[in-house]
Amino acid sequence: MAWRDGKASGKRLLLFMASIILGIAAVVSIQSFSQNLEENIGLQSKALMGADFLIDSNQPANERVVQLMDSLGGFNSMEVKFASMAAFSKENASKLVQVRGIEGRFPFYGELETVPKGAANTYQKQEGALVDATVMLQFGLQPGDSVTLGTLRFPIIGSLVSAPGSTGIGTSVAPPVLIPFRFLANSGLLDRGSRLSYAYYFQNPKADLQKLDEQVDPQLDAENADMDTHTSTSERLGRRYNNVGRFLNLVAFIALLLGCVGIASSVHIYIKEKLRSVAVLKCLGASRKQTFLIYLIQIAGMGFIGGAIGTLLGLLLQQTFPLILQEFLPFDVVIGTSVQAILIGLLLGVFMSVLFALSPLINTWYVSPLQVLRKQESLESESRPAQLAVLLAIVLFVFLFAYWLLQNFGFAVGFVLGIAVTFAILGGVAIVFMRLLKRYFPKSWSFSARQSLLNLYRPNNQTAVLILAIGIGTFLISTLYFTKDFLLAKTELESSENTPNIILFDIQTNQKEAVAATITPKGLPILDNIPIITMRLQKIKDRSVNDIRLDSTSTIRGWILSHEFRVTYRDSLLPSEELLEGTWSTEINPNRPIPISLSDNVAKDAQVVLGDTLQFNVQGMLMETIVGSIRKVDWGRPQLNFSIVFPSGVLEKAPQFHVISTHAPDKKVSASLQQELVQNFPNVSVIDLRQVLALVEGILDKISWVISFMAFFSIITGIIVLIGSVRNSKYQRIRESVLLRTLGAKSSQILKITALEYLYLGFLGSGVGILLSLVGSQLLAYFVFDTAFVPSWVPFLVVLPGITLLVLAIGLSNSRSVLNSPPLQVLRKEGR
Amino acid sequence: MTKILNVDNLRKTYTSGSKNLTVLDAISFSIEAGDTFAIVGPSGSGKTTLLGLCAGLDRSDEGTISLCGQELGALNEDERALLRNQKVGFIFQDFQLLSTLTALENVSVPLELQGASNAAKTAMELLEKVGLGDRHDHYPTQLSGVEQQRVALARAFSNAPDILFADEPTGNLDEETGEKVIKLLFDLNTEMGTTLVIVTHDLELAHRNNHVLRLKGGKIIANETTTVS
Repeated sequence: MAWRDGKASGKRLLLFMASIILGIAAVVSIQSFSQNLEENIGLQSKALMGADFLIDSNQPANERVVQLMDSLGGFNSMEVKFASMAAFSKENASKLVQVRGIEGRFPFYGELETVPKGAANTYQKQEGALVDATVMLQFGLQPGDSVTLGTLRFPIIGSLVSAPGSTGIGTSVAPPVLIPFRFLANSGLLDRGSRLSYAYYFQNPKADLQKLDEQVDPQLDAENADMDTHTSTSERLGRRYNNVGRFLNLVAFIALLLGCVGIASSVHIYIKEKLRSVAVLKCLGASRKQTFLIYLIQIAGMGFIGGAIGTLLGLLLQQTFPLILQEFLPFDVVIGTSVQAILIGLLLGVFMSVLFALSPLINTWYVSPLQVLRKQESLESESRPAQLAVLLAIVLFVFLFAYWLLQNFGFAVGFVLGIAVTFAILGGVAIVFMRLLKRYFPKSWSFSARQSLLNLYRPNNQTAVLILAIGIGTFLISTLYFTKDFLLAKTELESSENTPNIILFDIQTNQKEAVAATITPKGLPILDNIPIITMRLQKIKDRSVNDIRLDSTSTIRGWILSHEFRVTYRDSLLPSEELLEGTWSTEINPNRPIPISLSDNVAKDAQVVLGDTLQFNVQGMLMETIVGSIRKVDWGRPQLNFSIVFPSGVLEKAPQFHVISTHAPDKKVSASLQQELVQNFPNVSVIDLRQVLALVEGILDKISWVISFMAFFSIITGIIVLIGSVRNSKYQRIRESVLLRTLGAKSSQILKITALEYLYLGFLGSGVGILLSLVGSQLLAYFVFDTAFVPSWVPFLVVLPGITLLVLAIGLSNSRSVLNSPPLQVLRKEGR
Repeated sequence: MTKILNVDNLRKTYTSGSKNLTVLDAISFSIEAGDTFAIVGPSGSGKTTLLGLCAGLDRSDEGTISLCGQELGALNEDERALLRNQKVGFIFQDFQLLSTLTALENVSVPLELQGASNAAKTAMELLEKVGLGDRHDHYPTQLSGVEQQRVALARAFSNAPDILFADEPTGNLDEETGEKVIKLLFDLNTEMGTTLVIVTHDLELAHRNNHVLRLKGGKIIANETTTVS
């Protein structure tokens, strides 16, 4: 019976199905891809590190570390990594790169992928360099050209396509250049104090990595060194990508929820029309259960087919993800078929269709056979307890699914609340709009304008569902746009001459004057000349950091204990800083701890307040300090910001390097300055902030593209729900239009009525969506990104009319037949 | 007297699957202005199809129809709509009121479509004439069957039509209320001089008209002139 009844309503059931196909496809594709990514990271974890484990530090291994390494069988390969300027012979160009001086036959797993292929094996013997492939392309370099690092010139042996340890977005800022380690000693590049990073690689496949992590790592921590195993590195990487995956999953889940709202609404009207048939069946002796099952089986069948098509589409779709995400992935992902994702797709299809259709389906249970003779007014009171139970089941399911995705109770509750609030606001706006319309109906408007408004609350109207579907889609798109906008605005460089756009690092104290003398003759200003001293925390409130590390109950953030702080000294606050607590002290009493200023995030993570003491290890010398003030720092400003600031008169004699900033008016001046600096001061690194910001913009563009791609599912689902809703009321609309036609309405009048109705829907839905996204973006800006939010006009000028016109086009395409055919012909055709 | 409707050799077929079904064949008749005219016949004889064709709601396959002096075949959909709006009224068996409009608004629709400025006033007068002045702000669902048909009647006369087509106007009403509606219909015909074309099963109602056209199997079997009391 379910099949026979469903066959007659095939087209409508197909449309129900379409509502969930894209949502399922989005969830399955993300699920399956995340699973594949996780598996790939696990399988390739050794290749990602290039070794079984490594020990790294910002200083050469001391005696104790050497002892520990010897006890592990000694390292098999080592590397020194640092940022430096590279000069290329071909175009007289220079660029900040990450120099990797390698000794030994690293990597032991994975490979240095080079062009030509053999370059990876010969660069050590040929005493040459492997240069990042993008840089080679950028400067038109070929093997045989040369690169100068410090005082040494290396022939380029090949271009480096990929290398273990050089992955992700960081390589865009400072692309890798590999050279043999043995030449570094004479390059003048190692006289730089603290900005070097040493890594000692071990090849020992039989090592018990967990034991090493537990036993050796704490001992290394005490020596300011760290151990990473290939498993811990891949877990960390996996966690990072999982977070992204979870976020995308949520966006996909919203698309699915939207589709389900479409199902609920379509089934509501479908069942309403079937209630008379149900009553007839009951008259003929069908039980409640039998009639209920007829429609339940139809919906479940539809959900299963929709789930299966969605799953298939999702599996196909995930094949494109490596192309979309390649910039963010550290390796090639081999895409397989995830059984878990397939099961999720099929189960979600059936379960969510049934769950969201239950509310209208319940009415078939309560409909009386008497309805055959007399129309039953309302089933509401009888079915209310069951409807409440369904609502609870929906909320519970959404929460459990969100919890499963996020693995965090608070976030899952937040997600459910967020969804509930957004849906409630959009649904509420629709209801309030209709009530206001009834109350303050514009009676003086023209007939067409009034009729189009009246259509919004005709019986079986879909106004609330349409506003919800349009609103959610617009909300997602606009929020994406606003967020990207203020993130970019935050990093935007001011073009004023007093705003630095070139920053010079690693200037030794004895080079300070000479570097300044290179800059000023070009007519460029010295905007900052900041000393930097590196130090680590030794004690917090008289308790050693080693003690704190071993204390499992301590809630002090781990990074504080091992971080190498870059500290400066000055006697005043910067205009971008705000004093939150204490006073800015410039007086130093030799018998008392030195009053320092902490940024609020460091004070919070170290769990210290005003008056607490901190002991620092300044390159071997211990220094007692006291928290004299706590500052708020605008970390988003493109300038040098410091979490710890000492007063003047304390650190002047400590080993330090300097950072000088200037403003170059254009690319040409910047390039000429960089070339001169590279030639005269090979150890000095130059960062051109304009290039970095262009990179940031590019990265944000790519991220927003990925998110837009997911939001696209919501939009398309919204459109399908829209088409479904329009179709549901199509016959009724056509009857009305035909009646008006019969009474003498012209094409233009019918067109106007229909067009205005969809214009109201499109405008209201997208307008509320944008307003909601304004509020959402404001909250995001304030609570998450801690920045000011000045909304752009683009969503109002592009998204609002765009979506409104789309809704209008879908609505009008529905009414074409009425305009060109005789009324009775239309009724015969559409009434079939 | 002038002819308000002239039908000549009309033929209408429908396609059902691969079969052609002839619903009307060789239909010719004419009606004079101010006359009352009934079309009768068994179910499936083509009565409603003929009414639809005469009112310009559908197109014939062969033959011509001239309504209010205009050849319908030569008019496009908008021109036909304009003709209906200005010169034709309708009453349907199932009332066909717009559910989103009140009684008053339903009655004023034809005038509103014309852009008339006094639509509400005229509609109210007509509602009072059919005895529903105090129910003007009620929606169709709040009215009984006979009240809905009275609203439809008021609407049919709102544009002061030259000709009114009624399809089984009492089909959904009991005898007593049906009689009230018919009386109203003929009263308005007398007062406004509107030509009445009524499709009905009810032979008694048919014989209250000046002419009765009998159809069977899509063909005219009789075109009688009756003696109206």
